[in-house]
Amino acid sequence: MGHGPAVKLGKDNASAYKTRLGVKMFIVYTLVYAIFVATNATNPKSMQEVYLGQTAAVLWGFGLIGLALVMAIIYNNLCTKAEITMNS
Amino acid sequence: MIYTQSPLAVGLFIFFVLFVLGLSFYLARRTSSAAGYYAAGGNIHWFTNGVAFAGDYLSAASFLGICGMIATAGYDGWMYSIGYLAGWVVALFLVAEPMKRLGKYTFTDALDSKFNSKSIQLAAAISTLLVSVFYLIPQMVGAGVLVQPLLGLPHWVGVCIVGVVVTIIVATAGMASTTYVQFFKGSLLLIMSTVVVISVLTRGLSTTPVNNGLPYHDFKTLHADAALNISEPGYLLTAGLDSEFGKAGFIKLSKDGEESIWQLVKTETGYQLEETLFETKRADGTKSFNGAAKEDGKFFPVGHIKELRINGEEVATTGPMGPFAYLSALKDSTIVLWGKKYVQDGDSTVAIFYQKPTPGARVLRPGLKFKVDNATGTEKFNFISLMLALFCGTAALPHILIRYYTVPSQAAARKSTIVAIAAIGFFYVLTLFLGMGAMTNGVINLTDNNMSAPLLALSFGVVLFAVISSLAFATVLGTVSGLIVAASGAVAHDLMDNFLGMHMTDAGKVRAGKIVAIIVGCIAIYLGIIFEGMNVSFLVGWAFAVAASANLPAILMLLFWKKTTAKGIASSVIVGLASSLGLILISPDMWVRYGYLPADAPVSFNSPALISIPLSFIALVVVSLLTQKDLVLEDSTEAAGA
Repeated sequence: MGHGPAVKLGKDNASAYKTRLGVKMFIVYTLVYAIFVATNATNPKSMQEVYLGQTAAVLWGFGLIGLALVMAIIYNNLCTKAEITMNS
Repeated sequence: MIYTQSPLAVGLFIFFVLFVLGLSFYLARRTSSAAGYYAAGGNIHWFTNGVAFAGDYLSAASFLGICGMIATAGYDGWMYSIGYLAGWVVALFLVAEPMKRLGKYTFTDALDSKFNSKSIQLAAAISTLLVSVFYLIPQMVGAGVLVQPLLGLPHWVGVCIVGVVVTIIVATAGMASTTYVQFFKGSLLLIMSTVVVISVLTRGLSTTPVNNGLPYHDFKTLHADAALNISEPGYLLTAGLDSEFGKAGFIKLSKDGEESIWQLVKTETGYQLEETLFETKRADGTKSFNGAAKEDGKFFPVGHIKELRINGEEVATTGPMGPFAYLSALKDSTIVLWGKKYVQDGDSTVAIFYQKPTPGARVLRPGLKFKVDNATGTEKFNFISLMLALFCGTAALPHILIRYYTVPSQAAARKSTIVAIAAIGFFYVLTLFLGMGAMTNGVINLTDNNMSAPLLALSFGVVLFAVISSLAFATVLGTVSGLIVAASGAVAHDLMDNFLGMHMTDAGKVRAGKIVAIIVGCIAIYLGIIFEGMNVSFLVGWAFAVAASANLPAILMLLFWKKTTAKGIASSVIVGLASSLGLILISPDMWVRYGYLPADAPVSFNSPALISIPLSFIALVVVSLLTQKDLVLEDSTEAAGA
């Protein structure tokens, strides 16, 4: 059948570790996102309160975008380390 | 009314089109094999692919739709940015590497990697086609919208230009040309959007915005006593409190033969009258804008600050500001937003746009578009369901998933996703400033807020407008080409080669893909023309809901639940597809389009994801548990073949 990668991939011994790590980090981000959505749905006025000169909603927005990038970088570093260690 | 054709814009547009066509013909020499055509040979650098991801993803909905929505509804528009970006977390942590490991050319390859099942091949190919077409419609409509101000051509010409150019791009070099077009477009979009935001911050805030050297229209306020005697001479009352206008909170006046509509605000002594803008649609289909033809320019661009405050003090202008100071000043100020009401005036329908001064802090939190304050259960359901669709949709979009096959390794797939998160996240931060800039710089066209970002650029001069408009057009070109590659792979590779077992040669697969690309391109042109006037963001939200319901449960369960069977996956795709599409078709928003009252729709919500995604998961689990025997057979076949 016509499946399987278009290019030949080497064996990746770190695959299981990366999957577990990905699931854990996904759960953390999903929880934060769920809290954000739930707060907007149940108590939207609290998003108008001001912290550090900005509304809570703006801080949440920057926070979620920034958190995604920070977690992505951490995930990549841990995955790269695992690939170096387990595939060498 | 608001636009003028610029030779520079036309020149840049033609240059860009010729450039991408030249690139496609150049790359065509490298795409003689199926791997070259469908996956760019699998040797694209991860950084290039990451930026191309951003190019693919930042479609007309992101650039035009979100900026327009922020410009008119504040933070609620930015909720789309937050939701879209969060969806990339799902792609990175759960989908990126397995997708690369399991698939070859299409999303169906990955789903079917373990089973070789005809039912999966058929269901996933149909899902890919339908989601791609859903996504294609708003892109093509967006192209038509852009071409009108940019080139002064009618909607259908814009759709045809995009359709023909994109079909040539895809039919010549497939994924290779699509990738490099996306890379250039994504890079330029980020750079030029940054330039506009820096210009916005350098200009700062003002209560009297200047638009490309033109002064902002001075919206008048009149006063009247309780019997509606107007204080300023010359005005005659033509439709009073007992008219349809009066019932809606407006009156119609006439001065020197010119009609105007005014919003009534009750005071202790009578009324304060606020000037409005209005669009009249007559029974014969013709329209007037503030009682005049479009070309007369009486339908003014809007968007201004009523009271500008810095550290509690009211000021007229701020001068250059940093990004946080800019948002902080907006939060403390009062911004004039615009409401919209319809009034039936004889055979004509009048859309009245009226001023709504709103505290900045209220604009910078949710609730102006999404009904979350004192919301009913249905309204909360709609909001949560939309946010779920945005979160789950990204990792299920076929034209995004196929980009994982263009890089050489799993690590490259992961790294390109991180580049995409950085680029897209940065762009979405910019959208807040672009949208708020349009809201306060007197550039919004109330009849079409999709043009807010290009018009904001126009307020800084025609050069920036020309560049941004051409880029917006390129945005459509890039996204459509990615969608056509996905759709052509679904037909040529999944249906013809795998499902129908036509067993084509490598060259035959490429030829089939190119023919399908031309057919899909023609269908896209047709759909783009017949859906003229449809809201761009509206359809994209639905495409996300359909993709998230049909594809994501199957992908996740295949990766994380060992008992998943082929029939379970096919059921999940079909149930997700049917339930999401079915709920959309009987939703209140669609009921209006059929000519019925939204309240009569069989369901009371518009966003189906909160029901269709769980249904898709349930279908997969139940059918998989009922067909465990198949799994045992598949395992033993694999063992025998090993």
